[in-house]
Amino acid sequence: MTDAEELRARTRTLLEEHPPATTDRTDFLRARFDAGLAWVHYPVGLGGLDAPRALQSVVDAELAAAGAPDNDPRKIGIGLGMAAPTVLAHGSDEVKRRFLRPLWVGEEVWCQLFSEPGAGSDLAALATRAVRDGEDWVVDGQKVWTSSAHTARWAILIARTDPDAPKHRGITYFVCDMTDPGVEVRPLRQITGEAEFNEVFLTGVRIPDAHRLGEVGDGWRVAQTTLMNERVSIGGSRIPREGGMIGKAATTWRERPELRTHELHRRLLDHWVDAEVARLAGERLRQQLVAGRPGPEGSAMKLAFARLNQAISGLEVELLGDEGLLYGEWEMRRPNLVDFTGRDAGYRYLRSKGNSIEGGTSEVLLNIVAERVLGLPPEPRNDKDVAWKDLAR
Amino acid sequence: MTEPLPEHPLDLLYSETEEDLRAAVRALLTDRAGHQVLLDRIETESPYAPGLWKSLAADIGAAGLLVPEKLGGQGASHRETAVVLEELGRAVTPLPYLSSAVVATETLLDLADGSEAAAGLLAELAGGRTVAVLAVPLSTAPGAEFPLTGPVPAVADAPAADVFLVPRADGLYAVPAAEATVEPQTPLDLTRPLARVTASVGGTRLAGPDAARTAVRRGLLSGAGLLASEQLGLAEWCLEETVRYTRERHQFNRPVGSFQALKHRMAQLWLDLVGARAAARAAADALATGSPDAPLLVAVAQAYCSKTAVRAAEECVQLHGGIGMTWEHPAHLALKRAKSDQIALGATGRHQDAIAALVGLEPPL
Repeated sequence: MTDAEELRARTRTLLEEHPPATTDRTDFLRARFDAGLAWVHYPVGLGGLDAPRALQSVVDAELAAAGAPDNDPRKIGIGLGMAAPTVLAHGSDEVKRRFLRPLWVGEEVWCQLFSEPGAGSDLAALATRAVRDGEDWVVDGQKVWTSSAHTARWAILIARTDPDAPKHRGITYFVCDMTDPGVEVRPLRQITGEAEFNEVFLTGVRIPDAHRLGEVGDGWRVAQTTLMNERVSIGGSRIPREGGMIGKAATTWRERPELRTHELHRRLLDHWVDAEVARLAGERLRQQLVAGRPGPEGSAMKLAFARLNQAISGLEVELLGDEGLLYGEWEMRRPNLVDFTGRDAGYRYLRSKGNSIEGGTSEVLLNIVAERVLGLPPEPRNDKDVAWKDLAR
Repeated sequence: MTEPLPEHPLDLLYSETEEDLRAAVRALLTDRAGHQVLLDRIETESPYAPGLWKSLAADIGAAGLLVPEKLGGQGASHRETAVVLEELGRAVTPLPYLSSAVVATETLLDLADGSEAAAGLLAELAGGRTVAVLAVPLSTAPGAEFPLTGPVPAVADAPAADVFLVPRADGLYAVPAAEATVEPQTPLDLTRPLARVTASVGGTRLAGPDAARTAVRRGLLSGAGLLASEQLGLAEWCLEETVRYTRERHQFNRPVGSFQALKHRMAQLWLDLVGARAAARAAADALATGSPDAPLLVAVAQAYCSKTAVRAAEECVQLHGGIGMTWEHPAHLALKRAKSDQIALGATGRHQDAIAALVGLEPPL
C-alpha cells in the first residue's frame, strides 16, 4: 500500500528531475503521468499507483507549493470526469494505453455524444445507428448539446446496434474520432447569444471495432459508469461563504445603496440564507465522503444550486433596475469554457436557466430522489419490453 | 467581493456517542410517549406524562448535558443536546426540555462562576430535580431588549416550572413558582403549555443588570440554535410518515405515492431536510465550540429550519388527505408544534435582521 510519505517522496523526485521553472508544461505533465502521480488511484502504468484516492490531495499540495503546472481540469472536464473512468473500466489494455495519457495531459480533448434531439431525459430511446461492416462499425445519426465538440479530438458515443431489442438492451458504446470526415460539428446558438454547445451530425462514420467499450448491446450498462462518475464529480469541493451567485448579488447590494428597496432586501436575505444552507449541506456531504460514509445528498446539491442560481440571478437583474434592462453583448461567440458566474447579471440570469436542464433535468432528478432515496413506487413503464423499433416516436 | 466573509471550521456529522444517545432517547419516547399517549393527555390538566421527565432528565441524564461535571452535569455539549431535541421533535414530546435544560440552564451557566445561588440552582436543573423557566414570552428573540414590565404572557412550560428566572430592571431573579402567579393560557400547540406569569417581586437576585442581559442573551441564543434541531426532527417525522402513508394508500388503483405530482413534493421536502440537517448541525456545533460564527449560524438555522418544519407539517396534513384533518391522526400535533416553533425564540424576520447586520447586507437607507 502506498502511503502519504511515499507519495511525498515520489513527488519530490519528480520535481527534482523535472524542475517546473525550466521544464516545458506538456513535458512536465507527461513526466508526472509516467511517475504515477496523475491520478494516484489509477493502476500502475496508467498514470497511477493503485493508491487510495484520498491521497491525491497530498500530491496536489506538494506540486502546487512548488509552482508546478497543472493539467487544467476545467478545460478537460469531460475527459477526466466521464471518459477516463469509462475507458478504465471497460476498455481493452491497448485502448487504455492509447487514450489515458494524452487525455490526462490535455493533449487530446474529449466530448460526449449522448443526447439526441429525440432522446434527452429519455436517453435510452436514442436513434443514432451503428451497423457492423467487417472490422468496422458505420455510424449515422445526430447528437446535440455537445460541449467542446469543436475542440475535441475524441468522443464517447452511444449508438443503437440492435433495433429489435428493447431500448435499453440494443445499445453499444464506442470511442469516436472527431476528425473523421463523416463528423460535422455545427454551433448551437443559445438563449445567451453564444454557442457553448454544438450539434453533431454523423454520416457514414467508420469506427474500428477495437474502439468499442464493453460488449455489443451492453452499452447502456457502460453508460451508467459514465453517468455515475458525472454525478460523483459534483459536490466534492469546498465552497466559501458567499461563493457563487449569492456573492455577486451581495456585492451589488453593498456597493450600490441607491438601488435598495425593502422588498428586495427581504428576498435577498431569503436567498442568502438558502445559499448559506446549501453551502453547509455541501460541506456536510464532503465530510461524509471523507469519513467514508457517502450519502445520497449529492443529487440534492445539483437541484438546490439550480434553483438558487435562477432565483438569485433573477433578483440581481431586478435590483439593477435600468441597468438590468441592458445586456452585455449578443455577438455569437464559441467559448471553450462556460463561466457561470462571470459576465453580467443578465447573462447569469439567462445561463442559469440551463442549470435545471443540463446533466439531468430537475424533474427527472426529483423522480430519482423519490424512488431511490424515499422508496416511493416507480413511474408506470410501458416501454420496457417493447422492441425499440416498435416504440412510438 | 474583495475579502471573503470569515467562517470557522465545523463538524457537521454525528458521532457514535451521539447516535447511542439518540437510540436511548428514541427507545424511551417510543415506549412511553407514543402518539396515542399524547392524544390521550393533551386535553387533560397537564400534557406532561408523569415519570417521563424523570426518565429522560435524570435516568438518561439528558437535563445535564450542557452542564460541566464539576457543576453537577454530564459535561457534554450542544451537539448531544441537539440530538435529544431532534428526538423530542420527532415525537412532539410535551416536556420542558428546551425551556429548562437549554434556555434556563444556559442562562445560569453564564452566571455560575460569580453566583453561588446560580450554581446551586444549576445543579438542581442538571440533575432533573428542578424545572426552571425563563419568564419571557416564547416569541422572544436572542437580541431582544430587557427588562419587561408587568405580567409576562405566553411563557412556555410555565405550568411545569418549579422556579422562574425573572429579568427585572435591577438584575435577574430566581423566583419560586409558589411565589408567582401563573395563569394558564390556551396554546395553539397543545404539547407546549403556555401561561401568563406575574413575578414582579421577591426571589433571590442572581445577577446585576449587565450580567443578566448577557446571560439571558446566551440562554436565548442557545435556545434558538437548538430549537432548529427540534424542528429538524419534527420535519423528518412528517416526511417519513407521509412517505409511509402514500405508499400504502391506494386511489385510482395505484398507491397515491406513485403519482408524480406527489412524488415531487415529497422529494422536494427531502431536499429541504438535507439543508435543515446541515443548518441545525452547524448551529449546534458552533454553539458547542463557542465559535464567533455561532450568532450567524443560529440565525441561519432558525430562518431555514422554521420554514422547513412548517412546510413539512403542512405537506403532511395535505398528503394524508382527509385522515390528516382528523383529531385521531397525530399530523395536527406536528403542525401545531411547527407553527408555534416558527414564532418561538424569534420569528423569521428577527433572525433575518440579525443576519443582515452580521454580514453587512444593510436595509435601504
